[in-house]
Order: sequence, then C-alpha cells, then structure tokens
Amino acid sequence: MEFFHKVTRFPFMNTRKVWYGLSALLIVASLGLVVIRGLNLGIDFTGGVVVETNFPRAPNIEVLRTALAAAGVSGAQVQAFGSSRDILVRLPPDPNVKGEQVGGRILEVFHGIDAGVKLQRTEVVGPQVGQELFVKGSWALVATLVLIAIYVLLRFTPKLAVGAILAVLHDPICVVGFFAVTQMTFDLTAISAVLAVIGYSLNDTVIVFDRVRERARNARKLTIAQVIDESINQTLSRTLMTKLVTLLVVVALLIFGGETLHGFSAALVIGILAGTYSSIYISAAIALDFGLRSDDLLERKHTKPEEVDGLP
Amino acid sequence: MISYARWKFVLVGSALLFGILLALPNLFGEENALQLARDRAAVLPGDRTSIESLLASKGVTESGAFLDQGRLTLRFASKQDQLKARDIINDARPHDFTIALSQASRVPEWMRNLGLNPLKLGLDLRGGVYLVYQVDVAGAVRQLLDHYEQDFRASLRAARVPYQDVLVDYPGNRVQVLFHDAESFAKGRTAILGDSRTLILTDTTVSGAPALELKLGAAQIKERQDYAVQQNIVILRNRLNSPELAVSEPQVARQGVDQIAIQLPGLQNSAEVKKILGKTATLEFRMVDETNNPLEAATSGHAPLGSKLYNTRDKQPVLLKREVVVTGDQLTDASFQPNTQDGPAVSVSLDSRGAAKMLKNTQENIGHLMAVVFIDRSREKNAEGVDVDRVTEEVINRATIRGVFSNSFQITGVNPIEGRELALLLRAGGLAAPLSAVEERAIGPSLGQDNIDKGRNAMVFGMLAAFLFMAIYYKVFGLVADIVLIANVILLTALLSLVGAALTLPGIAAVVLTVGMAVDANILIYERIREELRNGISPRAAITAGFERAFSAIADSNVTALIAGIVLWLFGTGAVRGFAVVLVLGIATSMFTSLMGSRALVQLIYGGKRKVDHLSI
Repeated sequence: MEFFHKVTRFPFMNTRKVWYGLSALLIVASLGLVVIRGLNLGIDFTGGVVVETNFPRAPNIEVLRTALAAAGVSGAQVQAFGSSRDILVRLPPDPNVKGEQVGGRILEVFHGIDAGVKLQRTEVVGPQVGQELFVKGSWALVATLVLIAIYVLLRFTPKLAVGAILAVLHDPICVVGFFAVTQMTFDLTAISAVLAVIGYSLNDTVIVFDRVRERARNARKLTIAQVIDESINQTLSRTLMTKLVTLLVVVALLIFGGETLHGFSAALVIGILAGTYSSIYISAAIALDFGLRSDDLLERKHTKPEEVDGLP
Repeated sequence: MISYARWKFVLVGSALLFGILLALPNLFGEENALQLARDRAAVLPGDRTSIESLLASKGVTESGAFLDQGRLTLRFASKQDQLKARDIINDARPHDFTIALSQASRVPEWMRNLGLNPLKLGLDLRGGVYLVYQVDVAGAVRQLLDHYEQDFRASLRAARVPYQDVLVDYPGNRVQVLFHDAESFAKGRTAILGDSRTLILTDTTVSGAPALELKLGAAQIKERQDYAVQQNIVILRNRLNSPELAVSEPQVARQGVDQIAIQLPGLQNSAEVKKILGKTATLEFRMVDETNNPLEAATSGHAPLGSKLYNTRDKQPVLLKREVVVTGDQLTDASFQPNTQDGPAVSVSLDSRGAAKMLKNTQENIGHLMAVVFIDRSREKNAEGVDVDRVTEEVINRATIRGVFSNSFQITGVNPIEGRELALLLRAGGLAAPLSAVEERAIGPSLGQDNIDKGRNAMVFGMLAAFLFMAIYYKVFGLVADIVLIANVILLTALLSLVGAALTLPGIAAVVLTVGMAVDANILIYERIREELRNGISPRAAITAGFERAFSAIADSNVTALIAGIVLWLFGTGAVRGFAVVLVLGIATSMFTSLMGSRALVQLIYGGKRKVDHLSI
C-alpha cells in the first residue's frame, strides 16, 4: 500500500505568505489568549491542596459544594474528574490551614453525604514550592531551546538554523494557546509534554533540511526555492506517515490513559500537529526569506564528514 | 548477496539476548509479603533460617524469601498466610523485628542472586506517600553561632575573665566577644583559643571596646548547611526504620540544596509518619536550683542569677541551674521499658563524653535533685502564614541522685505513649535543623491499580494500532518493523530494570511515545528505500542506500529529542523525572533497534538471496 505513489509538486515556497499569515494568526491568538484568559495552572505551580475521592454512586456536585461551604471549607473548587463518580476538590493555598487537615475534613464532609466515599489521592504543595517548580520549569524550557538552537547551529548553516528555531518556537506557543483555550490544567506533566514537543517537532524540520542540503549539492541547476520545494515534496510522504503513526499511539494515550494523562496527551497531539505544519510550511520558508542560497549549503561540504563522525 | 558485517549480527543477537534476560523478572508478578527490618541493625541469614523454621513449625510455609539491604522479605501465597505469619512472628519474637505488610515479586531466588530484578513501580502506580521536607539551613547556621556563643561564655567563665557581652549577629554570620579593657581582652583571648584551637578569631573594636570576632566564611556556612541536610537524612532514615512506624522500603534522598524527598510505598496514612518525622525532641539533664524559691520566681517572672525557670507537666514552676549536665546529642541509645518498679521508663545510654560528665556530676551531687527537661520543637504556621518554631520545654522528671552512675540509667515519670515516642526520637537522634513539610502527595492503592490498568491499555492499543498500520502499509518490511518494535520494548524494559528506575504513569506514556518515535525511524528508512527504488536502483542497492542515507536524518532528529529528555531529567523531580528517564533510554534503544536491529532482520530475509527482483515494501 502506498498513499504517495507519485512525488507531489506542491508550490510551498510561492504560497508561503499565506502560511506565514496563518502561523502569525495562530501565534497572536495563542499569546493573546494566554494574556487575556490566562492558564489554568495546576497546584504544582500555584500551591494548594487537591483531594481526589471516589463515590460508589455519582453524587450531586452542587450538594457537595454547599456541604463543604457549610463545613467552613472555603474557596473549594469541586468538579468531576474523568467519571461522574470521581470527584476532585481543589483548594487554593491558605497559610492558615494545614493541608493534611483539610484533606481529612473534606473526606469527613463527603462521608456524611455518602458513607461509601473513598479517598483516592491527596496532594499538598506549599506556595513556595509551587513558585520554585514554575521557575524551574521555565528554566528547563529556556535551556532546552538554547541547547537545541546550539545543536542546529552546529549542524546546519545559520540561516537554516534560524528557520528551525523559529519553527520550533511556534509549536510550544500553539500548545500553550491550546491550554489557554480549553482551560485544561497546566501542570508539571504538561510542561514535560511541551518539552517533548519541542524535541520531537524539530524532527521533521531536520529531515527536510537534511534533504535540502543533499539536493542543493546534487541539483545545482535549480534555484534554491525550487530545491526547497522539491525537498519538502520528496519528504512529504515520510513526514506525514511518521506523524500519522505517532499520532495513532498518542491518541491511544489520550483515549485510554485516563484523566491523569489527559492534559499530557492532548498537549502532545496539538504539538505534533503544529510541529508537522511548521516543518512543512514555515521552517524552510523562513530560511529562504533570510536569504538562504545554494552556496551556503555547498560551503559546508568539506567539513561535513567530520561532523557526521562526531555524532553520537 | 548484500554485504553485511557478521559482527553486527553478533551484536544485535547478544543485545537481544541480554535484553530478554534482564526483562525476564518482570513476567513473574507479585504476591503478598512481609518485610522484616531490625532497628539500626541488619537482619542476618541466621534470622532467616530461624524464622523459616518457626513458620514451618506452625504450619505456615512461605513461597519464597530473600534478604536485601538488611531487610528480610517473606512471600506468601495468600493474604491469610501473610497475616497469620505476621502474628506468629510477633508472638514468638516480640520487639525483635519491625514487620511491614507489602508486596514482593515472585522472581525465583537464583535470578535475584544474579542481580536480575523486576522493574520498580512508582508511587502513582503502587500507591503510597511522597513527602518533601524543607530543611531550615539558615536555622542550622544560627544554631552553630549560638553554639559558639555558649562555648565562649563557658570558656570565659571557667577562666574567670570579666567581659562585657557576647553578641551574635545572625545576618552577618558572626559572633563578637566584647571586653572592658585590653588586659581582660588578652586573657579572654587566651582562654577562648585554649579551648578551641582551630578557630580563627580576628581582633577588632566595637564602640571603643576591644573585642574578638569570629566570622563564618562562605565555605563554613555551606559545610554547615550540607551537614544539616545530610544529618537530617540519616536521622529521618533511622526514624523510618524504627519498629514504631513499620514502613516497607522507605526511600530518603536529598533534593536540590535544602530539600529532602521521602517515598513511602504502600503507606496509606501519612499522619503518623509525619508526626514522628517532623519532631525534633531532645532531652537535657540539669541540676535543680534548691536554694531559691521557684514560686517567687514564677510570680515575679525573673529567675535568679544562674538559674532558669521551667514548668513541670502539671504546670508547677521549677528552677534549674543554667549549666547543662548532659544534652540529648550525647545519648547513644534509648529504649522504652513499659514495666519497671517505678512505672514506665526510658533506659538511656550515654557516650563517653556524656558518661564522664554524668559521673562527675553524680559524684559531686549525691543527695541533690537532678531534672530531665524534655524539649520539643515543632514548626507551625502563625496567623500570617509565616513559619514559626514553637519550643515546648517541660521538666518531665525530678529525682534525687541516690548513687553514682555514668553511661546508663533510667528516666521515669513518662507515660506509656510518650515514653515509646521519646525513646524512638532519642534513639534516632535530634534533627540537625528544623524541618517543614512543603509538598505531600498521597496515592491510594486502588488509584494505583487503576493507573496501571489505564497505562497498560494505552500501551496495548497504541502499539496495536502502530503494528497494524506498519504491517499493512509496508508489508514484509512493516512486519520487520513490528518485530523490531517489540525488541525495542524488551530492551527498554531491560534497561529500566537494570538502572533500577521506577516506572511511573508518565513513564508509561514515554514508553508509548518512544514506540511512536521508533516507528518513525523505521518509516524514514523504508520511505528512503521506496524512493531509491522509484529512482530505478536495484533492490539490493536500495536497501543499502536506504539504511545509509536515513542514518543522518534519524540521528539528527533523535538528538534534539534527546536534548529535551536530558534537560527534563536534570530539572525534573518525581513524575517528570520518571517520564524523562524512560524517554532518554527509549530514544537510545529505539535508535539501536531501528538502525541495527531492523537492518539485521532485513539482511536475514533478503541478504542471503543471490537475486532479489522485488522488495515487499
């Protein structure tokens, strides 16, 4: 079986203004949403208390909420978590109250409503730790981007590197925008997903660039825009097939992985989609607009064998 | 024939064999077990045989047993046997072992002896409690400064040198001794240096008076902080191993500069553990001031010179001498004796320094009263949410010294519950710096099982989808990829078992993601082969070219993912690290299996043929 029997001839470079526009729209919308709606930060970052309980029968959430308020547990967010029988209570950090006591109190209140309630999980994160984790997470993001940028700079010409890095920035922004739209909880696992997206989405970009470099050396009669178009079209089947299979497994995670992995798998799905888009439409186009020429790729020919040897 | 080096077959074959061997222990499953530990000592092989024969004599047979890190684990086929065995051991050897109920793998002993162990499951899959404590390292430095202050005062007093004051400047990390004049300064300097030769003191003047200054350098402060964290780790470990708590496989590790992370698998209720862990109880022995009236001091609020006002349990004022005879850190052992002539008591042993002081003190003070002060520091949040240390100092016992004693004696006047706790806290040692819990995650066992099921489903369905797709789309080559993917999961399991990394739910997600990425690498190769075939190259040359040319693309694209994984590994804690470990190892195994493994398989299928007209791709 083969979906792409003939090599396609899409004019990616001529239409790049359209794709830039779409990307700009996505980025502006994402950043705008993050600023306006904000992220629903998990207790990993805000600090606070999360208590997950399991009821034998689906309880009325409104009843639970009023019962908690009556018992003096203030500011509690009560919501179903996965199924209607799993109830999650989230409390903002309160310096006057000890976390472990709150957990016990919530369970006591719920016990009065349904004696069969079970405590599944409690998490207590101090506000300071939350802040620390947020700072650490942000640093991890920055460190990953810088290290990847250095790697790409070493492996490719500066102009291609700029394209790769801008395309790679595009993807996590889309993921964060997605979290702002859906108001899914953005926690430590979501950050891991964003980092994985950064690492993984560069994948296709690198493959396209690899081909651009190869074609530029072999087909010297073509203009650089033609080389890029050809390279993207030639690798299109690979790019789409690999992403399709990865999406298959990640969607399985999304469906079967349960509520805990929900945000994580959703972030991966969005990240993979955005990554595929940006490596086809954006990364090479940016390099072209930064004045990439065939000569840029030829110069490196002498040094290339050494670099390949130096690979892990 | 397609040329292919034979050593590559050997490499791939042996890696696979190695992987299967290491991954094998994961197939045995778990059953109910008892874990026996001994307080501050290892369980020995001799104990194992005696316990085994004890159980056999009562008609309970364990299905397996092993000793690991000073703990004896006994497996049982049923829950009833497990509980029965616990009661038998408790009845026959009371107070001998700490017995915790747990789960253990059915891995046969010979495998375990070869170092082959199953994957560890993380707390989110097993259930348990994860605690992070913040060590008050600044408090540890303050304690050190206070210690110097007391030492200086003691030296000057002993040498009878008059002085103005000893000042402690906490933010400045220094202690200053102020004198009246140059003569006492010189004497004082000799006295202090005589007692502590290694100190580096500088001469200075404070508001016209000659003074000595001790300033802690950056290195000393760091050393003190590290000491505080390390010391606390040791003490927390001791406390967790004590029979009073009975937790199985506790893990205590330093996290960052000033945090300690504790994992307690299988534990349901953290309240009891936290109560014990956060405590900083210690004892002091002081002589009672029998010349002054404590009631008078209590009403005026001023203790006479050289004395300090305390309260007893029942709120009676007591005056004790300022000098401490022996402090809690000179204790070497403590045990609880529920039934002595004088009621419940705590037996105490002292180290040589403490014993010498106690001997001298009892010799000089026969017939006088000595008091035991119980000091309990707990850290609480006040109304503004700021951590404050609450110190409770109580006189728990006053007794007339009836004879001379030195290194071991009993303290009476405790009630049974606190006697047990006091013995535990004294034995485990005082914390070097106060602790406060900053993070706590508790996962119930049913949620853990739920997470395992979900993770397994996600893995099975995700991989099935990928397998089917590959087989349909790439035919024989697709099947090659599928076999290689299975090899990849085996190798990954093997590596994870080898490094002893715990598998968490995000870790399972990483396994699934790596499968996706391993497929990726195979597709890159096959698409390249298809492309070469389209260009009219012979099938054999297409195979060689496909693998060779796809190499740089695969390497490049995996390196970036590897960078992200390594950063996550370095920055992450808990679940995030679980994800990162699997991701990094998974990328390594997926590169190996898709580049080496699938090449070897393709070679097996097509390499031997004289003529290949067509590739099933």
